[in-house]
Amino acid sequence: MTKIILRTEELQTFYILDVQGKQKVVKAVNEVSLDIRENEIYGIAGESGCGKSTLLKAFAIAIEPPLRQVGGKIIYLVDGEEVDSATLDAEGVRELRWKFLSYVPQGSMSVFNPVLKLKETYQDFITSHVEVRSRDEALKMAKEQIIELGLPLNILDAYPHQLSGGMRQRVTIALAALLRPRIIIADEPTTALDVVVQRGVVQMLKEIQSRLENTIILVTHDMGVHVNAADRIGIMYAGKIVEEAPTDVIFSNPQHPYTQYLIDSLPRFGDKTPRESVPGSPPSLSELPPGCPFHPRCPHVLDRCREEMPDHIQLDIDHRVACWLVGEGENG
Amino acid sequence: MDKILEIDNLTKVFSMGSITSRERLTATDNISFYIKPGEIFALAGESGCGKTTTAKMVLGFEEPTSGTIVHKGKTEEHAQSKKVWLTEGVQAIFQDPFGTFNPLRTVDRYFFETVRNYKLASSRDEAIDLIDLKLKAVGLSFAEFSGKYPSEFSGGQLQRISIARALLTDPVLLIADEPVSMVDASLRMSIVNLFKDLREEFGMSVLYITHDLATAYYMCDRIAVMFRGNIVEIGTVEKVLMEPKHPYTKLLRDSIPEPDTDRRWTEKVVLSDLEHEEYQRTGCKFAGRCPEVMDVCRSVMPQDLDVDGVLVKCHLFAE
Repeated sequence: MTKIILRTEELQTFYILDVQGKQKVVKAVNEVSLDIRENEIYGIAGESGCGKSTLLKAFAIAIEPPLRQVGGKIIYLVDGEEVDSATLDAEGVRELRWKFLSYVPQGSMSVFNPVLKLKETYQDFITSHVEVRSRDEALKMAKEQIIELGLPLNILDAYPHQLSGGMRQRVTIALAALLRPRIIIADEPTTALDVVVQRGVVQMLKEIQSRLENTIILVTHDMGVHVNAADRIGIMYAGKIVEEAPTDVIFSNPQHPYTQYLIDSLPRFGDKTPRESVPGSPPSLSELPPGCPFHPRCPHVLDRCREEMPDHIQLDIDHRVACWLVGEGENG
Repeated sequence: MDKILEIDNLTKVFSMGSITSRERLTATDNISFYIKPGEIFALAGESGCGKTTTAKMVLGFEEPTSGTIVHKGKTEEHAQSKKVWLTEGVQAIFQDPFGTFNPLRTVDRYFFETVRNYKLASSRDEAIDLIDLKLKAVGLSFAEFSGKYPSEFSGGQLQRISIARALLTDPVLLIADEPVSMVDASLRMSIVNLFKDLREEFGMSVLYITHDLATAYYMCDRIAVMFRGNIVEIGTVEKVLMEPKHPYTKLLRDSIPEPDTDRRWTEKVVLSDLEHEEYQRTGCKFAGRCPEVMDVCRSVMPQDLDVDGVLVKCHLFAE
């Protein structure tokens, strides 16, 4: 049986802000329950402001005020034992980081220190996380990995600004994979890259995954990237996972009206039939509409949608959806 | 032939570095293309291919090193001044809708300013009617936008507002530099459809500058593909994107991640390690990565060849 490497139970993380004496609550992640397995690429899709980056912060144990974990749990499977993220202290988190779990945040191609050559960044990274005898040994380790991933060795002697954005992004991912973590979390790793370079980055992520047989959690709004990378996809809308299924099922049989819009609105080569965007605009996470958050934009809205949030309905072994239109009358 | 915009052998060379170590970078190298009235023309390519430099030269923000830009039969020198050249019907919208507007100014002030600068109305009421009319064309109205700050709108709405502002002067040509790349995927098509509607309604031409070949295919008539300062292929979108001829166009076309589970990437892609070198090549700039490279490609720049109605810059098609 496949093991669940990361599990969330009704996770709620909110930004609690103080705006001119009034408390403002941004419900960025709202009752998300997910099972992410060992040895898979799990894709999370959704538009900006749907809470997907916040969810990743929670996964990476990088919750800092004003972001707070209000409810629910995140449970990791570390060396066969379940660990609740809430029980970890600062030292515990440090132990997990990079060795068990790596986080590549958005825009991470600008993380490098601009006045250090990349080899020094590598050496600093290695010496502070692993027991090595010397900086030369650390350099050897860095070289081995760079050759393994097919990157040119001369990048170690370059300063960050001398590399293109795509190369920097690949080096960041290489660094995140260096200590063979069981989970790599990548937030929009291909956004702002050129199409050919984007393809190279996705190729590299897949290669790392198949070599380490670990888990990659990939967030992007680009459904085209998900098709090429992810094994399973969760569709996020207004802080909730509204649909989850294997990639082929999401594309061949989407059930939630939002998922259908996301897929149908994309232009395809050789097909000029008119495409429509999702009507309206995404709701503010601090003033969510009652009931299903998608109901003001949904073309198939029912009375029930305006009042109650639907539960997840299991359609197939791996396919679940939260929508009143699906399996009406059945109990989810 | 009736042409709204004609670009002829346009070259822009940037000099970089200090006096002792001067480097020259050819951002656009003898590019030529034209746009017909009511046509949506795509200038596509990756970052650093020279597409934005081309747009800047058309708008008069950059002085070309050589070559001519002819707008409605007039070159830039014939126009009385740069400002007149712009009022003659070329308007632009840019990539970042949040960067377009000053966050401390209400958006309607930009509209009144444009009306005043171009003397489009004689009274405030007349101005409001005109603004409302243009906002209606993009699916907004004066009532829902007046007195609001940019932060009160979403990226998609701001991009619509930019377009409405550009429409105030009834332009014949709209230059859109990556107008949808910062708009959410779910709202992107509404902007793309808007360009199509404006063309239908006002017969406006659009120069659509993009790296997104899928939306280019969806809305454009013809396309020019640029690579490192050269146009490598020009033709109708059907021919260029459905039967690409230049090896670079093929690579670009194959690298678009398509939302289709039957069209996943299968082959591995080779990336250039040193982009800088590609600009300095004497022959074809793509020779270092081309799967079909020949000896001649490394030393001689290929000519533009007419292959089946498409202009292709590649030695593979030489007699």
